[in-house]
Amino acid sequence: MIPLLQIKNLHVEVGGRKILNGLDLVVDKGKVHAIMGPNGAGKSTLSYVLAGKPGYEVTDGEVLFDGEDVLAMEPDARAARGLFLAFQYPMEIPGVATLTFLRTAFNAQRKKRGEPELSVPDLMKRVREIAAKLDINPEMLRRPLNVGFSGGEKKRNETLQMALLEPRLCVLDETDSGLDIDALKVVADGVNRLRSPERGFVVITHYQRLLNHIVPDVVHVLAAGRVVRTGGKELALELEATGYAQYQAEAA
Amino acid sequence: MPAVQETVEQVRSIDVDQYKYGFVTDIESEKAPKGLSEDIVRFISAKKSEPEWMLAWRLDAYRRWLTMKEPTWARVDYPSIDYQDLYYYAAPKTKAAPKSLDEIDPEILKTYEKLGIPLREQELLAGVVREEGSDTGGSRVAVDAVFDSVSVATTFKAELAKAGVIFCPISEALRDHPDLVRKYLGTVVPTSDNYFATLNSAVFSDGSFVYVPEGVRCPMELSTYFRINEQKTGQFERTLIIADKGSYVSYLEGCTAPRRDENQLHAAVVELIVLDDAEIKYSTVQNWYPGDAEGKGGIFNFVTKRGDCRGKNAKISWTQVETGSAITWKYPSCILRGDNSRGEFYSIAISNGRQQVDSGTKMIHLGRNTSSRIISKGIAAGRSQNTYRGLVSAHARATGTRNFTNCDSLLIGPHCGAHTVPYIEAKNSSTVFEHEATTSKISDEMLFYCRQRGMSAEEATALVVNGFVKDVLQQLPMEFAVEAQKLIAISLEGSVG
Repeated sequence: MIPLLQIKNLHVEVGGRKILNGLDLVVDKGKVHAIMGPNGAGKSTLSYVLAGKPGYEVTDGEVLFDGEDVLAMEPDARAARGLFLAFQYPMEIPGVATLTFLRTAFNAQRKKRGEPELSVPDLMKRVREIAAKLDINPEMLRRPLNVGFSGGEKKRNETLQMALLEPRLCVLDETDSGLDIDALKVVADGVNRLRSPERGFVVITHYQRLLNHIVPDVVHVLAAGRVVRTGGKELALELEATGYAQYQAEAA
Repeated sequence: MPAVQETVEQVRSIDVDQYKYGFVTDIESEKAPKGLSEDIVRFISAKKSEPEWMLAWRLDAYRRWLTMKEPTWARVDYPSIDYQDLYYYAAPKTKAAPKSLDEIDPEILKTYEKLGIPLREQELLAGVVREEGSDTGGSRVAVDAVFDSVSVATTFKAELAKAGVIFCPISEALRDHPDLVRKYLGTVVPTSDNYFATLNSAVFSDGSFVYVPEGVRCPMELSTYFRINEQKTGQFERTLIIADKGSYVSYLEGCTAPRRDENQLHAAVVELIVLDDAEIKYSTVQNWYPGDAEGKGGIFNFVTKRGDCRGKNAKISWTQVETGSAITWKYPSCILRGDNSRGEFYSIAISNGRQQVDSGTKMIHLGRNTSSRIISKGIAAGRSQNTYRGLVSAHARATGTRNFTNCDSLLIGPHCGAHTVPYIEAKNSSTVFEHEATTSKISDEMLFYCRQRGMSAEEATALVVNGFVKDVLQQLPMEFAVEAQKLIAISLEGSVG
């Protein structure tokens, strides 16, 4: 079976500075992989490289998504193939209603896959159903995307988009940052509902607490741009107790 | 919300070719010889079978024009225009005056269909969609299509006539309603007004005339589609709209032109007259050929648009979406003469490639307690230059006047420029003028966020820009909002990535 995501010996530079340094990772369908690590280890860089953000130069290695080389693809082509990134800092887009944004994104992906676009009423019905489960006030859907949203609202909105777009690989970048415990629970429940045998997750986090709610199958420790240790969910607990100091020393 | 959904679907179905309206319709046209002289002015007047006073008016303008100089104060740069190297009159040949759309040259109908303006369909739609007298706003549009210089199709005439509204080519108005035309023509933009307006006065070939009688609310949106088709044909449209006491009319103007290599001159004049308690809403979507990526070709658009709130409580609202033309020189303005009158200007000006836009408005407060509002959204991409130039002035007598101005500029890419040049004059102490301005850049982060959700660079830009201009887009009638959204997407193609 072809893994859902296969990263081989990935080297990445940003502005001439080396951030990822021979990273290997394999994620199978149906699995949740947590990526933990100290600040500056390259966690966010990994998420951006997967999504295709400009400015991140891959100097070596490859990334296969369902066996396909995604590094050559435009960000929107990756998205249409089912790669989703939940941003640590979701962007605000003034004047664009959240629902308009959702509709534009949803239909853009369908168009790229050669699928028929969904009518506005059908789409609204889907969005409303998902929103209700995420405790999202329908009024929020009319507000400009993320403008004036609280931290919790922004992350719930990311989860809403993820649920609507039904990606095959979800990359969550520090989804717990800026969330109080109640909001964290709502978002985590939203993510857990999306777990399925067909879908894989890469959950990037600095802290263990998110993993109490989204329980991973595999935990990786990322330090100085590569995976330095891999284990089960108990590894996260161990890290909570010992901290990252040993890995930083090891990498240096 | 069927209309909204239709809008969305139409926008979705946009063909994203580069300037896709660049085609030429093959119709024999009847031209006056090249160049400008008294004889040409007489030729045009004779072609239109105009009354003697009209010829005298034109000749007076022509003689005045000879003494004038082309203005140079705008922030635009273009090669000098050889006024003797242009045609001043071209008309599609028709057998006789058309009685219905069936008699219109199918080539012309085809052209409009390519542009997404199927007259037939509009006529049909309008017949079916709404019940008589229903006032839920929306999809009824009367179209007076201007093909090159002569109006070739007029629909909805009967229904308008029932309401007492006159909507016809100005040449026809000169024949059928000469007293009305004579009473109002040139009273807002006099023949001596400015170089281009004076030229227009001498040689205008056609345009639209609207008269809404006292107390009448025009039963439908009025619309004119201009289209420049004949090579080297100067376009000199003249529009005159009069809203008599207590009346209301919404007028839509939209333009697209086929691709041409040579620069084409367009110098239109629009005059609005609004009497006591009346209102005119005038909306424009302009999409003329902007020239190629190097700035070759494209329309020179020198337009004088002005409205006069001649009575108390009169109101004028200008809304414009400017995406085309190589050079745009355009300042739709309001003279707020009547006490308590109100002027509004909502503008979206998009420039890309090597386009140069110098546009804005003048709000001239003469009456007491007059108010005005200006919302201008300039978007510059490519190597274009986009200038907002505005004047807000209050006369010494105009006590209690108010203005609010908001000018926002959005820059896309590192090679374009946005400029804001507001002139503000308050000659009495009870005037309150407010001015806000911002300039921002469309951020890579924002685009990446949209692209991560599946949008192409173009779709992402269009979405962000549509958000930026939303306040203005909302002012447009639904029919035009569709076209405007299309144009925004089309005109920004190639501006990112």
